Amino acid sequence: MSLEDNYLEYPHRRYGYDHDYYAWSMLHQRPRITWPGGKPLALWLNVSVQFFPLNQRGVPFKVPNGMTMPYPDLRHFSLREYGNRVGIYRILKALDRYGATPTFAINTQVAERVPYLRDRLVERGNEILCHGWNMDHLHYGGQDPDEEAALVQRAVGRLRDLTGQAIRGWLSPAKVHSPGTPRFLAENDIQWFGDWVNDDMPYPFNAGPGQLYVLPLSTELEDQFILCNNLHSEISWAQQVRDAFDFLLEEAREQGGRLLALNIHPWLLGQPHRIRYLEEVLEYITCGGHVWNAPAGEILDSFRNQQQEP
Amino acid sequence: MKEDPGYYDYWPYEDRPPIRWPNGARVAFWVAPNIEYYELAPPANPLRTPWPHPTPPVPGYSIRDYGNRVGHHRQMNLLDKYGIRASVSLSVAVCDHHPEIVAMCRDRGWEIFSHGIYNTRYTYGLSEEQERAMIRDSMESIHRHTGQKCAGYLAPALSHSEHTLDLFAEVGTELFGDEGGFYTCDLFHDDQPTPIRVRSGKRFVSVPYSLEMNDTIVYAVNKVEPRHYLTMLRNNFDRLYQEGAESGTVMCIPTHSYQVSCPHRMRVFEEALEYITGHSDVWVTTGREIAEYYLAHYHDAVTSDIRARQDGRAS
Repeated sequence: MSLEDNYLEYPHRRYGYDHDYYAWSMLHQRPRITWPGGKPLALWLNVSVQFFPLNQRGVPFKVPNGMTMPYPDLRHFSLREYGNRVGIYRILKALDRYGATPTFAINTQVAERVPYLRDRLVERGNEILCHGWNMDHLHYGGQDPDEEAALVQRAVGRLRDLTGQAIRGWLSPAKVHSPGTPRFLAENDIQWFGDWVNDDMPYPFNAGPGQLYVLPLSTELEDQFILCNNLHSEISWAQQVRDAFDFLLEEAREQGGRLLALNIHPWLLGQPHRIRYLEEVLEYITCGGHVWNAPAGEILDSFRNQQQEP
Repeated sequence: MKEDPGYYDYWPYEDRPPIRWPNGARVAFWVAPNIEYYELAPPANPLRTPWPHPTPPVPGYSIRDYGNRVGHHRQMNLLDKYGIRASVSLSVAVCDHHPEIVAMCRDRGWEIFSHGIYNTRYTYGLSEEQERAMIRDSMESIHRHTGQKCAGYLAPALSHSEHTLDLFAEVGTELFGDEGGFYTCDLFHDDQPTPIRVRSGKRFVSVPYSLEMNDTIVYAVNKVEPRHYLTMLRNNFDRLYQEGAESGTVMCIPTHSYQVSCPHRMRVFEEALEYITGHSDVWVTTGREIAEYYLAHYHDAVTSDIRARQDGRAS
């Protein structure tokens, strides 16, 4: 028994993409971007502040690094909580030591559950973006649209209430989203999101009636992927980040501004045996004066302002 | 189903008639970038699920798109720098979606060979006629967009049927006579080219591609650290170079720009290319040229040697 002949029909075999989310272009052919101060490289240092509920539903899949054991999975629950109790403060100290500017991607439920941490982060004045409700409320194809619309509205609206910030950016838990997510984000006055990892610069994204931008937040370079998925050491993580930095800096000098988007997790790099590698990376990246380390939203603003030039 | 595909006979890696590559090179070295298109919402296949996530499969789709938007140009710069003409394993739908990429390959004089239509359309479940039509589409598309008579095949997503190599050889003959459809990258049984038995009797060759050196296998499947990949590549080359003094060997680095062209991996790839091309007795070449040279100089003698050994053992 063989497949239907329509398995060999290709209705989207055409110029551009097989979808309408964004336009096709290659990075090296786009107009040069210059970052403020003439810096070749923009650094978005993203700290993901997350809550992994003990009663994980795992719909439509178990989020990576969530609960894996039979209920109650105390080991993973408490080890993730470690990030919000201990690791984050170690990381804040390291960031401040090197004068680094983080952007915090927060599960809204953390802002609700942990007011001390929320207030601490708000008082710092760094940009906060919405990282969904929690790590067990995924956005996915097949999800009931009304349910998802309400989830986006709750996550974004509640985070605005709790932080007093405009909340312009979004990062989906596990970087998965449904066909409708971009539209729901735009309807809630979100301006950009970081889920798509297909570029080293921002680009515009069609969100149904609205428009978003993508600031690609690299998965391949994040601590979670390198340490937990690839099972590399923290020493190797630091080396890979330094190699990425060196390469992007060189490319930026030749071809115009590039974005180094580095995502880190307090429950990982905030551990005593790992924090020094974050410090080494921060020292390496910040020491030469080549980097514009800015809030993600400001990086987008600079990019957009240059797009509007004649 | 068969116990053995029957493409080749056992032929031990000792006492073989020696291969001498052009200019006395010990290793024929080729780089095979896979330039692919994965569909956002491909049709279901009963034997293989394209994506681990529901539609849209943002993580998998977007990193592969990174290869097309960002990575290929990076890799091209690097291969240009080291004087390497690549042999592209092409999802031919890229000719339609992103013709600029195909033009950049063509303008560099790179070889283009068939990797099917999309890397999300599998051979599994196709009838013989359907597979023949798919292969023909791929070879005609390459010819239409590049003028090249496609010589090689790597089945899409390495999905095969029992007839894949037969069909590729036959369609190649129908379209281009002996100038097309004469080598495969689908078999991993040797470090030297070997004759392959196809049902038409066409003179047909397996050119060593590599899973072991394939960046996606190394990085995404085996989860190797970038710097260890460099060690692997150097060790692989060193031994093939050493053995190549006696009889020429083949080293291939199959790449994917969504892996090897990520910023944290470019340095080690460059160091590997610098190391390999820095040796004097390396034939930096393409899959097609290896196959052609082998067909012209060794295929028939090797076939006789294999037959003689088979006969000798039988008698």
